[in-house]
Amino acid sequence: MSEELTIVQRTVDELYRAHSRRVLATLIRLTGSFDAAEEALHDAFVAALERWPGAGVPAKPVPWLVSAGRFKAIDRARRRANFDAKQEEIARDMIASATVDADHHEDDAIGEDRLRLIFTCCHPALSPDAQVALTLRTVGGLTTEEIAHAFFMPAPTLAQRIVRAKNKIRCARIPYEIPAARDLPGRLDTVLAVLYLIFNEGYSASSGDSLTRGDLCAEAIRLCRLLLDLLPEPEVEGLLALMLLHDSRRAARVSTSGEPLLLEAQDRALWDTDQIREGVARTERALTSHRYGSYALQAAIGAVHAEAPSAGRTDWRQIVGLYDVLMEMNASPVVELNRAVAVAMSDGPAAGLALIDGLFARGELTSYQLAHAARADLLRRLGRRTEAVTAYANALALTAQAPHRRFLEKRIAELGH
Amino acid sequence: MKYLCLIYDVEKRWETMSKEESGKIYGEYYTFTEDIKSSGHYIGGNPLQPTATATTVRVRNGSIGTTDGPFAETKEQLGGYYLIEARDLNDAIQVAARIPAVRDGSIEVRPIAQM
Repeated sequence: MSEELTIVQRTVDELYRAHSRRVLATLIRLTGSFDAAEEALHDAFVAALERWPGAGVPAKPVPWLVSAGRFKAIDRARRRANFDAKQEEIARDMIASATVDADHHEDDAIGEDRLRLIFTCCHPALSPDAQVALTLRTVGGLTTEEIAHAFFMPAPTLAQRIVRAKNKIRCARIPYEIPAARDLPGRLDTVLAVLYLIFNEGYSASSGDSLTRGDLCAEAIRLCRLLLDLLPEPEVEGLLALMLLHDSRRAARVSTSGEPLLLEAQDRALWDTDQIREGVARTERALTSHRYGSYALQAAIGAVHAEAPSAGRTDWRQIVGLYDVLMEMNASPVVELNRAVAVAMSDGPAAGLALIDGLFARGELTSYQLAHAARADLLRRLGRRTEAVTAYANALALTAQAPHRRFLEKRIAELGH
Repeated sequence: MKYLCLIYDVEKRWETMSKEESGKIYGEYYTFTEDIKSSGHYIGGNPLQPTATATTVRVRNGSIGTTDGPFAETKEQLGGYYLIEARDLNDAIQVAARIPAVRDGSIEVRPIAQM
């Protein structure tokens, strides 16, 4: 018996890891409440631990867990109805929907529920901070402590943010649904922005001492794979490709002493070839759809880098061309800055510097540390040492991250100041 | 589910507007109101007199204090409201997005609390 118990325990643990989010997504639809669904999810797994050692693991454990959770939720609502008249209505609704839905948890329905959950967590009526926290918590299944740790934030603050978001979903009645075709492109943009925000938070820690936090990158990639599986749109594939290509350079981005390394200084042997292969293939597929957007284009730029044997032997003209298309589609000062750096590589540092100075003259990016650092680098290459030192110092004044500060300080020291 | 759509716009704009322009906007409000009446969203709604006619009332230490105008200077002012019945927030957003002021000003959509 005890051996069987261990086997059941292990099965339940595995099911929890692999499928608890799917079960939760369906329970949110069935109960109409995030909190009730979380209670029901917990109850369902407790019930599995109680019943399965005697009755055996059911052939279809996920629908079993959904059913168990639903009936536990009805139980709770009924019990509450005894003290609270308003709950009675909720219980009645739940029973009504339970009978209608009785045979409705095939895989498709469960997949749709996950999509509903993603779109609800990334509803534009929630703040971007809340979208990120709620997506990681409910779709990704990270604990509040894990998310708080990743964002260098006290756990109670993060927990409060999630509570407020759930509260708004309930009070303002944000619907649990996949947007209509008419609204889908705009709503999908918000979802992709949330995933990319999570990725970037992991890729370039905004403060603190560690430069990459691979967990958030891996989580963003995992969520994007899930989204692509549920909604095979070219821009979803484009974003996945972009993240894979960025992530492929993770091991090479930091020196052994923890300092950031620019593309030209990276050991390309450390780039992850599997991620590059997948990223390039996905980029090509997204581009051939002719319905691609800015993520697929950025991925295409990443793919040119990934396929170059060295920084010097990179097809910078093609990269400038891709930035030109990107500017037409989605002009922004940051895109202009990146284009300027590519122009500097293709036509010489003076050409790139003129473009960055043009941005500054328009008052753009003057408090963006990477703009000052890029400008400093071009001045250094042109041999304008004093101006380069001033530009590095400007970048340093805007940088909070310890490894980036060390990098900039080193550059200033190298210039003899 | 009931939502209050609070209409914020720059009220100064109305002072400098020609009769034709304001007439056109009133017409748009009339059409919009008729539309949401026939779709069943409309519960009520009114335009408000400008903030120059507003009085802010407070009771402190048991005595009534009144001051002229709204208590904060803001770029946009509350100029009117609609009370609507909507299926959910997405439905309410669709209605709010058709209120004429949404093009220059903004609409705050607030769910009504159930007591």
